[in-house]
Amino acid sequence: MVAKLKGEYGSGIEPLTYLGQNYMVVDRSLIPELLQVLRNEEQFDYCVDITAVHYPKREKQFDVLWVLYSFARNERIRVKTQIGEGETIPSSVPIWATANWLEREVFDMFGIKFDGHPDMKRILLPDGWKGHPLRKDYGILQQDNEWVQINLGIESGQ
Amino acid sequence: MSGYRSIWGSRAGNDHCNDPPEIPRLADEGARLRDDADKKASPGGLGTDGIRMTDPNTLSPLDLETPDKTFLDANELIINMGPQHPATHGVLRVILRLDGEKVMGLECVIGYLHRGVEKIAENRTYTMFNPYVDRMDYVAAVSNGLGYCEAVEKLLNVGAPARAQYIRVILTELNRIASHQLWLGTHALDIGAITPLFYTFRDREEILKIFEKYCGARLTTHAFRIGGLQYEAYEGFEREVKNFLTFFTPKIDEYEELLTTNRIWLERTKGVGTISGPDAIALGVTGPVLRASGVKWDIRKAQPYANYKNFEFEVPTGQNGDTYDRYLVRIAEMRQSCRIIEQAVAGVPEGPIMAKVPKVMKPPVGEIYHSIEAPKGELGYFIVSDGSTQPYRIRVRPPSFVNLQALEVMCRGQLVADVIAVIGTLDIVLGEVDR
Repeated sequence: MVAKLKGEYGSGIEPLTYLGQNYMVVDRSLIPELLQVLRNEEQFDYCVDITAVHYPKREKQFDVLWVLYSFARNERIRVKTQIGEGETIPSSVPIWATANWLEREVFDMFGIKFDGHPDMKRILLPDGWKGHPLRKDYGILQQDNEWVQINLGIESGQ
Repeated sequence: MSGYRSIWGSRAGNDHCNDPPEIPRLADEGARLRDDADKKASPGGLGTDGIRMTDPNTLSPLDLETPDKTFLDANELIINMGPQHPATHGVLRVILRLDGEKVMGLECVIGYLHRGVEKIAENRTYTMFNPYVDRMDYVAAVSNGLGYCEAVEKLLNVGAPARAQYIRVILTELNRIASHQLWLGTHALDIGAITPLFYTFRDREEILKIFEKYCGARLTTHAFRIGGLQYEAYEGFEREVKNFLTFFTPKIDEYEELLTTNRIWLERTKGVGTISGPDAIALGVTGPVLRASGVKWDIRKAQPYANYKNFEFEVPTGQNGDTYDRYLVRIAEMRQSCRIIEQAVAGVPEGPIMAKVPKVMKPPVGEIYHSIEAPKGELGYFIVSDGSTQPYRIRVRPPSFVNLQALEVMCRGQLVADVIAVIGTLDIVLGEVDR
């Protein structure tokens, strides 16, 4: 499968294996198309998870990951792409309905926006909250004090 | 407390003696309390409860003179359920859009129990984070621990010894039974059957006693360590587990006698909250909910972890994907768990319980995704290591969170009372939804 995709997309895909788990690093420009191909032609019909990792020192700061599973092949694969601060990424809600909340959580925690998402808003934190906690520059004790004071009526949540 | 009590007490006394002068009237007292509360209230008109989703800037002043025509014409009613509601199994808020009693749509508002577990993980060592995972799905803490320990073991490239694997399986399956028991008791209670709650809690107690004797804790057990186990099984552990099985197997029949052919139960669960197999897959639903829709998929079989490949068991499935089928699947799963425990307890080998794991854990640079079949569905851990003692990133793929997303699909077109049944049948734990 990977060889076929590699033949089709060339240098945009780099297939890798670590500890027996397959993943591929792909170019951001391939993203909606490749996921669509994986879903429709390679039977990866179950989107397990969508998440991100923040590397503040890199030029393209974020890794966005899709963990996919195929019931027919009993196989898992991870698709990984890199994007920079402020860049958006096409939503995969039209491909897997489950992406809805998963993408909202990535937006909530990292501030990465997904284009074409039906309801791109925070999910775990309150709507008015400032900051994205899972970024590396957000301290563990940091919080939106203004929000806490206005909405909870206390000086600080600490 | 004493203030309020004494006011009521003396006021009540007043009514009898007909002599009220120095004592403030109850209404005044109430007003004083209201003033007090107003000081804390927010400027934007939001309540002190901090209800989310409402931006004060977007609220127009309430106009009571002219009726809202669009609202009335639509014949729709928006009602709020939760976050403090006994049937939402925690702090879940659901905004229902109703036409009469029919649910046209709903929106879940979650995050009330968000503690930032993934952020905490980045600031703890691998060992230190282990107890935190128990606090996510706190009714199945052992499963959470198993998933986390195995993920880190994979990253470190060590395996737990055979004896540890067997004890792990026994405890995890006991925990699966305990989780399903808690689900059954509370779910039946929501629908109106109170007896199953007493039955299941009585029997769950026996499992918690085994946990308590094994590791000292009943709920957040922290039973496993990276590399194996901290504690050797106590004297008589195997005997007690066997005793539990002989005690518990007939109890499942008791639960079934109460419910399986009970007419009220059938009316409340058959054809309620139906979801088809393809819909469930598209929504990423896993666990008993997926299997009740006819998809025979269990990670213990599909991609066996621990030593599940040594045991014989069935993967029960349903056909209709309704609340009743999910009930049957979970009941059947309890029986299968008993079967696994029976085989495991008969085959526990002698030997060490801990692999050679460095005191200071520094997994090589790399990333891993490992998932297990938790009682609620697929529980996955995605761990990124940068070679230091602390994980660079831990992502938890929570089954409850993803399953809850299916609530809207399952409730559309149903009645309000069915929403309660569907929330119950999804078997969510808000600690895991919000993390």
